[in-house]
Amino acid sequence: MNADRLQCWIGGVAVIGPGLPGWAASEAILAGAIPWERRDVVVPAPTLLSPTERRRTSLTVRLALSAATEACADVAAPELLETVFASGNGDGAVVGGILEALHDPAGVIISPTQFHNSVHNAAAGYWHIAVRSTAPSISLGCHDYSFGAGLLAAVTQTVVREGGVLLCAYDVPLPEPLAAVRPTASSFATAMVLWPEKPANARGMLSVSYVPTAAPGDEPVDGVGALVMENPAARSLPLLRALAMKNTKPFYISLADDAHLSLQVTPC
Amino acid sequence: MARAGTIWPLAITACSVVTALGAGTTALRDGLLRRQSGLRPCDAPDMPKDIWIGHVAGLENVALPQDLAGFTCRNNRLAELALRTDGFATAVDRARLRYGSARIAVVLGTSTSGIGEAEDAYARRSASSSALPADFDYAKTQDLQSLPLYVRARFGLKGPAMAISTACTSSARASMVAADMIAAGLVDAAVVGGVDSLCRMTLHGFASLELLSRGRPTRPCAADRDGISIGEAAGLMLLERPMAENQPLLLGAGASSDGHHMSSPHPEGLGAVTAMRAALLAAQLTPDEIDYINLHGTGTRANDAMEDKAVSHVFADRVPCSSTKGWTGHTLGASAAVEACVAIECLDAGLIPGCLGVDAPDETFTSDVATANRNANIRRVLSNSFGFGGSNCSLIIGYPT
Repeated sequence: MNADRLQCWIGGVAVIGPGLPGWAASEAILAGAIPWERRDVVVPAPTLLSPTERRRTSLTVRLALSAATEACADVAAPELLETVFASGNGDGAVVGGILEALHDPAGVIISPTQFHNSVHNAAAGYWHIAVRSTAPSISLGCHDYSFGAGLLAAVTQTVVREGGVLLCAYDVPLPEPLAAVRPTASSFATAMVLWPEKPANARGMLSVSYVPTAAPGDEPVDGVGALVMENPAARSLPLLRALAMKNTKPFYISLADDAHLSLQVTPC
Repeated sequence: MARAGTIWPLAITACSVVTALGAGTTALRDGLLRRQSGLRPCDAPDMPKDIWIGHVAGLENVALPQDLAGFTCRNNRLAELALRTDGFATAVDRARLRYGSARIAVVLGTSTSGIGEAEDAYARRSASSSALPADFDYAKTQDLQSLPLYVRARFGLKGPAMAISTACTSSARASMVAADMIAAGLVDAAVVGGVDSLCRMTLHGFASLELLSRGRPTRPCAADRDGISIGEAAGLMLLERPMAENQPLLLGAGASSDGHHMSSPHPEGLGAVTAMRAALLAAQLTPDEIDYINLHGTGTRANDAMEDKAVSHVFADRVPCSSTKGWTGHTLGASAAVEACVAIECLDAGLIPGCLGVDAPDETFTSDVATANRNANIRRVLSNSFGFGGSNCSLIIGYPT
C-alpha cells in the first residue's frame, strides 16, 4: 500500500437522495440515530439562477446546483472556490433526447439550448454563472467510480493549489432506452467543500490514499447504506456516514475493478 | 502526509498525434510546412449540408487487441492508432519500468467518447421495439471513462484513470489535473491528452447553433469567417518530471471560468485573459517571453473576435498568433492536446504557421495574426482553448531559456 496520504479538511456538506432531503435533515439518518425510509427525491428550484437561466436547466443541473448551494451555505465567497463536478451519466435527458432526435425519420431537429446543455460540464457552467465565479473548474465522468475520481481530483487540487475546492457529485437516471443498458435506480447528489487549512465549520479532517488493488470486500449494508449501489454519486455514502457518525474507522471507495481509495475521517 | 511539491515545469517526454493530416507528428509538421489542409468536404449521409470535416482515413481498419476488443468504437480506434504512433507506447513502457505501473496516471479529455456507438445502436433498433441491441456495450464505448480505461488497460497501468470532460478545453484541463497529481506525489508520470471522434451528435449539434462553416473550410480570423469545420483527432502526451536538457516542457498552465453564458464567450474575453495570465504566472513568464500564440481560433464570429481582444489585452500586438484549425478542423476535446503537439513542432521547426485559407486577418483585429507561414526562433508557445460552459485554459509549452 502506498504510504503517501493526502489530507485536507471538510467544511460544508450536502446530500440529496431518496429519503435524504439535505444534510441537516439527513445527518441523524446517516448516523443511524433515525431509521431511513425511502421517499421520493425532491430537488429544490435553483434560486441562485436568474429566471431565464432557470428555465434552461434540467433536473440534472437543478440537482447539482442544489447540492452545491447547500455545501456552500457557510462559505463567505463561494465564487472563489475552484470546482470539481463529477457525474457518471451527465445529463441523460438531454443526451438521450439528442440521440432520439438524430434518428427522427421526419428529420434531425436539435435545439441550440439542448446541444449546449449536453456538454458534460453544463452543471458546472450553470454553477459558475449562478455565483458569478471565474474560478477554474473541471468536470469528470468515470462511470460508477465518478465520486471516487472526483474526490481524488478535488483532494489533490486542495493539497497542491492550497485553496478551497467545491466537489459536487450528482447523477440522475438515464431515460429509456439507455436506462436498460445503464440502470441508475434513483437520483442522488452530494457536495462538500474541501480546505487545506481547518475552516470554522470543519466537520473533520479527511485522509486519502490511492491503493492499486481491488477494494476489500464490502461489509453487508442495509437501509440507507444499500443506496450505495443505486447511483454513482451514492458511492459517497461511506464518507457521508463516517462524517455523520464521527467514525474514525478506515473505509474504502472503489475507483476501478483493481483500484480504490482508502479513507479515514478524523472528526472535529 | 504527502507534501505538495512545485507543479511546473513538467517534461513532455513523448507525444503522439493523429489528425486529418494523418498519423504522427511528421504528417502534422509536413502539412503545416506545406500549408496543405486535412479538411475535406463531408460526403457522409445524414450530415449537415455543405460542410467540411477533418476525417481520419482508415480508422475502421484499426483493430484493438483481442483481449480489449470490447472497447471497440471509433474513439478508441483513434486512441489505439495514436498510441501505436510516434513511439508513444515504447515511451510509456519505459516509464512503467522506471516508475511502476501504479505510479502512472491516465487522465484524458473527451467531449463525446464513443457516443458514435450509441448512435449506431439507436439506428439498429428494430421497428417494433425501442430497446437498444443486446451487443451495445454502454460502459465500454459511450461512457466517458471508456477512453482512459482503454488506454490504462492497453498499457498495463494501475494508476488513477479519469476522463475530463469540459467541452473544448478537456485535454488541456486533463494536463492540469495530471500535473496536480504529480505535484501531490500521487504518481510520477501521467499519460494525458484527449481523443474525440466525428459523430452525428457533434455535427448536428454545432449545426443547430449555426456555428458550422458552409461551402468551404473554416477560415479562422478572416473578416468573412463563417464558422467551424469539425475534425476528429487524438493527441497523447507523457508527462514526467524534467530529467534531461532540451526536452520540450509544459512550463505552466492556467484556467478560468467565464461565469457568463453556456455557449457564448464573454464578449471582452475576460475569462480568456484570466486563463492566459494564470498560465504566465504559473510559468513565471512575462508576456514578452512568449514567441507564438496558438489561438483557439475556431473560426466563429464570436470566438475569434473575443480571443483577439483578449490576446491584445495581454500581449498587445507584440506576439504573433494564429489558429491551426484550418489544417485539422476543430477537434473539440482533443484540440488542446493536438495543438500542444503543434506547439512542439513549431518549436522544433522554428515555424509560425499562418492561418490557412485566410488572405488577410479581420481588419478590426488588433493582435498580430499571421496568415502566411513565418520562420522565427521560437522558445515558448502559449496555446489557448475555450469551451462551452465557459471553460477556458491556456498551456505554455517550450523551454525555460
